[in-house]
Amino acid sequence: MTAPSTPPTPGAASSDRSALVVEGLDVAAGRLGLVHDVTFRLDRGDRVGLIGESGSGKSLTALAIMGLLPDGLSAAGTVHVPTAGAAHDTDVVTARESVVADLRGRVMSMVFQEPMTALNPLMRVGRQVAEVMEVHDLASRGEAKRRSVELLAQVQLRDPGGVARRYPHQLSGGQRQRVMLAIALANDPDVLVCDEPTTALDVTVQAQMLDLIVAGAAERDAALLFITHDLAVVATVCERVMVMYGGHIVETGPTERVFRSPRHPYTRGLVRASDLGPVGSPDGSSDHRPLPTIPGSVPAAGEFPSGCVFRSRCERADQACHVQPPWDGQPDDGWACVHPYDPSVTEGGDHGD
Amino acid sequence: MALQLLVRTATLVVTLVLASLMVFGFMTVLPGSAARVQLGVNATEESVAQLEAEFGLDRPLPEQYWDWVSGLPEGDFGTSYVTKATIGPQIVDRMLVTLWLVGAGMVVALVIAVPVGTMAAVRHRTSSGTVLTALSQVGIAIPSFLAGILLVSVFSVWLGWFPPGGWTPPSRGLGEFLGGLALPALALGLVQGSVLSRYVRSTVLNTQREDFMRTARSKGLLPRQAMVRHGLRNAAIPVVTVLGIQMSTLLVGAVVVEKVFVIPGLGSLLLDGVANRDLLLVQGVVMVLVVAILAVNWVVDVLYTILDPRLRAAT
Amino acid sequence: MSAAADAIDLGALREGERRGRVNWPLRIGVILVGLVVVMAAVSFVWTPWDPYFVDGSNRLAGPSPSHWMGTDRFGRDILSRLMVGARTTLYVGVVAVGLAAAIGTPFGIVMGMAPRRLGTPLVRLNDLLLAFPALLLAIMFGAVFGASTTTAMIAIGLGTVPVFARIARSGTLQVMSTEYVLAARSAGRSAPAIAVRHVLPNISSLLLVQASVSFAIAVLAEAALSFLGFGTQPPTPSWGFMLNDAYTVLQVMPLQSLWPGLAIAIAVLGFNLLGDGLRDRLDPRLAEHRS
Repeated sequence: MTAPSTPPTPGAASSDRSALVVEGLDVAAGRLGLVHDVTFRLDRGDRVGLIGESGSGKSLTALAIMGLLPDGLSAAGTVHVPTAGAAHDTDVVTARESVVADLRGRVMSMVFQEPMTALNPLMRVGRQVAEVMEVHDLASRGEAKRRSVELLAQVQLRDPGGVARRYPHQLSGGQRQRVMLAIALANDPDVLVCDEPTTALDVTVQAQMLDLIVAGAAERDAALLFITHDLAVVATVCERVMVMYGGHIVETGPTERVFRSPRHPYTRGLVRASDLGPVGSPDGSSDHRPLPTIPGSVPAAGEFPSGCVFRSRCERADQACHVQPPWDGQPDDGWACVHPYDPSVTEGGDHGD
Repeated sequence: MALQLLVRTATLVVTLVLASLMVFGFMTVLPGSAARVQLGVNATEESVAQLEAEFGLDRPLPEQYWDWVSGLPEGDFGTSYVTKATIGPQIVDRMLVTLWLVGAGMVVALVIAVPVGTMAAVRHRTSSGTVLTALSQVGIAIPSFLAGILLVSVFSVWLGWFPPGGWTPPSRGLGEFLGGLALPALALGLVQGSVLSRYVRSTVLNTQREDFMRTARSKGLLPRQAMVRHGLRNAAIPVVTVLGIQMSTLLVGAVVVEKVFVIPGLGSLLLDGVANRDLLLVQGVVMVLVVAILAVNWVVDVLYTILDPRLRAAT
Repeated sequence: MSAAADAIDLGALREGERRGRVNWPLRIGVILVGLVVVMAAVSFVWTPWDPYFVDGSNRLAGPSPSHWMGTDRFGRDILSRLMVGARTTLYVGVVAVGLAAAIGTPFGIVMGMAPRRLGTPLVRLNDLLLAFPALLLAIMFGAVFGASTTTAMIAIGLGTVPVFARIARSGTLQVMSTEYVLAARSAGRSAPAIAVRHVLPNISSLLLVQASVSFAIAVLAEAALSFLGFGTQPPTPSWGFMLNDAYTVLQVMPLQSLWPGLAIAIAVLGFNLLGDGLRDRLDPRLAEHRS
């Protein structure tokens, strides 16, 4: 179940299957707000995408969930990982570092964007995989070593025994990212956060990597939070999607619905700018127009307009947009816009109103 | 890795030969004639020629060079033109003293720099970090001989805890040896420790921001654990480089500190040699110092390949 | 840098933070260096006493209204000598750093622009030269040519050449890989033209920072040399030799060594801070690492 930001806080009791509950999450650098009031919930087995242009705050959201915000940034709100058990039903935002550290790598783990620098260059790959099991006392040294080779085999690295003895610089980017995935999956986490895991990879290995991530999460019945700016990737991986702009979630819903009939003008712009297929002209009737783009560019942090953050680039913006738009629709299928596109008049219509 | 070691060692040997040529050229060829230098400008041509023949300075330069350099590996530095004493044994004696001094200075520097630098990095956003950084800046500005003088005025003249100078070899009483070593080692180490602490600070800061440190945290390591298990070794690489560079500063610093504390090391020998215009002695001591500096560079290179697997496979 | 900066431009945030902050190193550096320069400048027109005037009846006097810092063991006014000594310090620093920059910069640019076949041996040669620290070189010079202010500053300058060369080379390598240089090369511009038009202007801030840091090292080296008796020869006042003088009377007048010591420390601190501050000011990328 994905529930969105702003008004409708899902007060519903957490089901036994909920794996990650984020409520009213803010991230700020000093007084400068970067992520605002992000609220959503992931159940085990969910595959949810978080999309937006760079600068939208999606990576910061992920880091805040992991409690790994860089120096100088602070989080507010709550992040719960219910499956960790009653004793561990702690709030990542406020809990002591040692408590959160115990969750990381065990209950929730993360794959980062940049495989080239994410591994320690001075440590053999096998040790780096084994370490995540040893840290949580889930395996003896010998056992961790054996299982690390198994894990490397699971992410379909050829000659896993040999790879385990290598150093990161002896592996390709794709191989390193598999190693990162092996580390993330080692302790069968309940939540797997992937931050642009394939962006830095060659197109040819992206698809394999995505398969491995989806399969790895499915085998463990883990909730997958998948961050990307690539809508095609979201369409193949995720069943639900959240669209982020200017630190706000502006639209959320089943991937199918959001991509086929986006309601928020920003989502609509994103979909139109991608090559997912024309929005509003499902039959491809409008093929002689230039590739549409969203006018303007993402403002720098702190320079978003008040009210609706998108209004400075929105063709539908008017006086009504000067106040923060209320949430419309269901918590897990809705949008925050005063002038949403109407799905019934989408035919041929960028001007439809 | 064996091949790399071989290449680096070969480079060292070539560099040593070039260095010896430079030192020889500077100290023997440039002054013209050691005999004239010794006899002074008013000496007659005959007396100069006679002395030159006695020292073997009338032979062709390549022969003189070979004669000098071929003795070096066995510790034969020739015979002083001034004191007529063999130079080798003096150098060996004095070298031991200087090694103690430099070694102790390095230990002091490390003991200061590693904790102070790490602390300054970890707390770089707080006032205590800023104070540590400012203190290190002041420490750098106090040259070792000045630090020596200040230490003597406080701990010898005022408090009377340590002797103001002099040297007792360790064989003649460990207590007195350490007492004599303490102030000069501190004088050397304080300055170098301040310099080093700045490098430690920036290295630790940079390491903290590395992606793999975040990966380590994402595995469930506490910040301190991540630093110890992943950060320190990575941080060690640039620090080792600086340590290598500092060894040469320490050696030169020792020359001055030996003068302050009247310690019979290589530095005092060098300064005596200059005062007496004993060119061959100066030539020998300079060569030893340069060899030491180059050897340290070689050790740093080798340490690199041990610390960093990326360099092992590199062609 | 961390990939966490993806979502928002952390670099830009820190940049803003940096700009809003007072550049203390630069301020303090300018003040301290200014103090030394003013001392030296004033000494040309006025000193409290004749720095060479020996007053046998007033030796080793403590600070007093007539002698603010007291007198040395010959009865000379310490403040006056300190002021004239500042001239020596600055003179040696300017000549030594100028010499090092004049030789080291072109050498470094050549090393950076030369083809690998030629560049590598040059770099090795520079590494070899680095094994001769300025102070050691100065002692060798002193042995061969005799000790004087001139030998000291030339030796310190030559000893600093490889340091400049190394900095200039690393800067040149960076500039040479930029697109505008690639464009200039493909347009057929000659190597000297590229060196003058593109490389030199782009590495000048790097060199300026290095000059300030090297100045501090030159001040240190001159003081050390004079302290050892291989630099400026008495009776010309120099801080290093004043310290040596004071050291001989340490048991009786510990305060004597404080004044020249303080002067040396202030000059070194000033130039080091100036270098730090300039680095902050001129090269935000470098400053980022030290924020």
